[in-house]
Amino acid sequence: MSQTQAINAEREPLFSAKNLKLLKGPLNTINPITVQVLGICSALAVTAQIKPAIVMALSVTIVTAFSNLIISLIRNTIPPRIRIIVQLVIIAALVIIVDQILKAYVYDVSKKLSVFVGLIITNCIIMGRLEAFAMSNKPWPSLLDGIGNGLGYGIILVIVGFFREILGSGKLYGMTVIPKFMYDIGYVDNGLVILPPMALIAIGVIIWVQRSREKELIEKQ
Amino acid sequence: MENLINLFVRTIFIDNMIFAYFLGMCSYLAVSKTVKTSNGLGIAVIFVLVITAPINWLIDNYLLKAGALSWLGADFATLDLSYLSFIMFIAVIAAIVQLVEMFVEKVSPPLYNALGIFLPLIAVNCAILGASLFMQEREYETIGESLVYALGSGVGWWIAIVLLAAIREKIRYSNIPAPLRGLGITFIITGLMAIAFMSFMGIKI
Repeated sequence: MSQTQAINAEREPLFSAKNLKLLKGPLNTINPITVQVLGICSALAVTAQIKPAIVMALSVTIVTAFSNLIISLIRNTIPPRIRIIVQLVIIAALVIIVDQILKAYVYDVSKKLSVFVGLIITNCIIMGRLEAFAMSNKPWPSLLDGIGNGLGYGIILVIVGFFREILGSGKLYGMTVIPKFMYDIGYVDNGLVILPPMALIAIGVIIWVQRSREKELIEKQ
Repeated sequence: MENLINLFVRTIFIDNMIFAYFLGMCSYLAVSKTVKTSNGLGIAVIFVLVITAPINWLIDNYLLKAGALSWLGADFATLDLSYLSFIMFIAVIAAIVQLVEMFVEKVSPPLYNALGIFLPLIAVNCAILGASLFMQEREYETIGESLVYALGSGVGWWIAIVLLAAIREKIRYSNIPAPLRGLGITFIITGLMAIAFMSFMGIKI
C-alpha cells in the first residue's frame, strides 16, 4: 500500500501546469491555424455555416486526439524510415471510422462536408502534431496535445462560421436571428460573405486582431 | 473533345483548387515567398496530380465502386468497397510521391535541392488527395476525363501559387500594419485574388 502511494507521489498529477499548457496553448499563442499555419486546407470551405463548422471541428479533434494517442503508444516500435506511411494508415483508418459515423447519424451534414471529411487525412495539423509531439512524448501528454490542437483549430472554424452565417444569411445554426423589422427598414444580407473568398479575408482579419493583442506574434520583416 | 476542353478551362479558372476549394493551402502559403521555388513546387504538383488521378480512377472503377469487381465473376458483382477509398487513395499517393522523389533526385539534382523538404510534403498536400476525391464524387466517366481534370487542377494550382509569389515579392517594400505582416496580408491578398477569379464564372467554350 505504502509502495503504491510512493509511486503515485512521484508521478506527475494528471492535470499539472505543464499538461494544462498543452491543452490551452493551441487556443491562443500557438494556435495551429493563425500561428503555425497548419490545416488551412480543409478548414475554410466548411465554414459558410456554423453547423458544418462545428461537426468538422469535432471530427478533427477526435482524429488528432486518437492518432496522437495511438502513435505515442507505439512510437518505440515504428521504424523511422517508414513512419510516414504508418502515420498515414492510422490517420486514414480513424478518418474512415469518423466518416462512416457521420454518414450514419448526420447524413445531411456529411453531404455538405463532401470530400472535406476525407481531406482530414491530409490535414497538416495531424501529421504535424504526430511528427513534432507524439513521436517523442508519452501517451497522456500526447492525447492532451491532440485535443488542444483540435480545439484550437475548431475555435477558429467556429468563429469564422459564426460571422459568415450571421452576415451572409442572417441565420445562426439554421435559425433566423436577424429580426424581420431590420429587413423592413432596408437591411440586406451580404451574399458575398457566403462565397469562398470571404473565408480567407475573415481569417486574415482574425490574425490581425490576434496579433494586435499578442505583440510577440508579429512577424519581423 | 469539346467536352474535354470545356472541363479543362473550367477546372483551371472556375473550380480553381485554391480559390474555390482552398486545397493545398499549407504549402501554398509556406512556399510562396519567391517565384522560383513556387514555380518548382507548382510543376511538381502538376506532375504528381497527372499521375495519381488516373491511377486512382482505375482503382476506383475496377476495385472499389459498387459492382466494380464484377470482372472477377458474378459472386463479386454485389460487393461495394467504396469505404476503403480513403486508405487506397492515400496509399497510392504516398507511394507515387516516393517514386517521384527518387526520380527527380536522379534526373535533376538542382530541382531536387530547390524543392528540398517540400517534395515529401506533397504526399500530404490536400490538393492531390482532394483531386482524387472530387474525381470520385463527380463520377467522371472515362480515364481521359480524369486525366484532363487532374491536369487542369494542377495548372490552376500552379497559376495561383506563382501569381501569389509574384505579388509577395513586390509587397516586401510596402508599409503594412505590423500585426498584418506576413501571414495576415497573405490571406487577404489570396481573398482578393479569389474575388478576381470569380469573374471567370460562367465561362463556357
